Amino acid sequence: MLKVRDLMKTIDRQEILRGVDLDVAHGETLAIIGRSGGGKSVLLKHLVGLMQPDAGEIWIEDQNIIGLNERQLGAIRQKIGILFQGAALFDSMTVAENIAFPLREAGERNPKVLREKVREMLDVVELEGQEEKMPESLSGGMKKRVGLARSIIRRPKCVLYDEPTSGLDPVVADSINRLIRRLQKRLGMTSIVVTHDMKSAFDVANYIAYLHEGRIYFYGAPIQLQQTSDPILQDFLLGRSAEERGNKVES
Amino acid sequence: MIARLFNALGGTFLAFFQYLGEVVLLAADTFRSIFTHRLRWKLFLNQIVEIGLLSQLVVVITGGFTGAVFAAQTFFQFNKIGMGSATGAVVSVAICRELGPVLTALMVAGRVGAAMSAEIGTMKVTEQIDALRALAVYPTDYLVVPRALAMMVSMPLLVAECIAVGIAAGYFIAIFMLEINGTYYMANMVRWTRNRDIIMGLSKAFCFGILIVFISCQKGLSAREGAVGVGRATTEAVVNSSLAVLICNFFLTMLLNIIYPAGYQ
Repeated sequence: MLKVRDLMKTIDRQEILRGVDLDVAHGETLAIIGRSGGGKSVLLKHLVGLMQPDAGEIWIEDQNIIGLNERQLGAIRQKIGILFQGAALFDSMTVAENIAFPLREAGERNPKVLREKVREMLDVVELEGQEEKMPESLSGGMKKRVGLARSIIRRPKCVLYDEPTSGLDPVVADSINRLIRRLQKRLGMTSIVVTHDMKSAFDVANYIAYLHEGRIYFYGAPIQLQQTSDPILQDFLLGRSAEERGNKVES
Repeated sequence: MIARLFNALGGTFLAFFQYLGEVVLLAADTFRSIFTHRLRWKLFLNQIVEIGLLSQLVVVITGGFTGAVFAAQTFFQFNKIGMGSATGAVVSVAICRELGPVLTALMVAGRVGAAMSAEIGTMKVTEQIDALRALAVYPTDYLVVPRALAMMVSMPLLVAECIAVGIAAGYFIAIFMLEINGTYYMANMVRWTRNRDIIMGLSKAFCFGILIVFISCQKGLSAREGAVGVGRATTEAVVNSSLAVLICNFFLTMLLNIIYPAGYQ
């Protein structure tokens, strides 16, 4: 479904990605984990062409998207949905208008069809009856659900999630994780979840990739990550800073 | 020391030309989109309301008081040499050729340009523009084309309104406060004001509209760094649009005066 080869990106003289290689198969859920500011979101934005790399290739279903212009990328983007970290809902539109937006832009004008599709999507994300609300009156978790409904209404083959549980309490975060799993089962979508929430990663992923210093440092099943003795991965899993590790060695 | 000075000057110079290039590229992209992609009529009509309808009060007040004060000042000077009745001609030609288009453009830059820049800038920093792109919607088609077309339609109409209100206000002040003979006032005004003066004013309005919309949209689309960035983009949009209107007005006046020469011929 998706291949990344030797992807490099420098922003403001700082090397963010230093040669990322990644393969994601159809129907797979991959969690990309790593420290804050490590380039996870930058990598995700490259996958849908929102950022252009300095070097490297991104193949989506046998088409290299690097070098395509915005209009050419339009066809690729119809195959991929993305849930932004802050949901990125259009604040001048109601929930229903936000969710129906991709269909309306694709030329669907029948209000009955649009209403039906919106209701179906709200049912999927468990937000029935919220059609007329404005984004400003929604909680963080509700916004993410609406953002997700908007990104999947055209039934993309792949959904990218940028920090789907950040800023949410554990209960709401768990409901978002369940939703991701349910979507994968119900609609068979390939999912790529960028997160630094380890519970979320273990909950939803078939495979986990750890992004460290601009490269994929670890790639494997969640169980392999749990059993690893690699000190860098151990530090991340246990939430241990270098200072704390130093203190332990001293004592 | 000298190298650093040249570096700073060169950097500013390059940044200025890069900025100009970005505005021109946005304009080119928008015109290409106008002719090759479908128009979103609902957004276009919304912008007509935003730019045209909601600017009525500002334009009427600007036109009215400018016409009134200009008529009074002209009369105070002309009356000393016994030419009070020529006030109408001066007011009318000046409002058609210069004051109407320039003052309307400055007011629209402040009201509409700022709103455009702030709205698009907020969408940029809250990832709404990225969301548009991710949903396979080209931001220029969705955000800039309706605004540009609405501005091209609204600006000439707003300037025409400003000119009409300005001339009417000048007339009423001249007749009822300054006690100029109405027949002479009107005769001189009609004699010296030609169609070409009105065409010149409306041509300028169209050009100023284009300047304001592209400068404001470009500033919004390039906004960075959250609320501070949006604030800065909005301020720069208003300042740059206003300066561009004033500078281009001089060159347009010189150019259009060749095509539509001023004065009675």
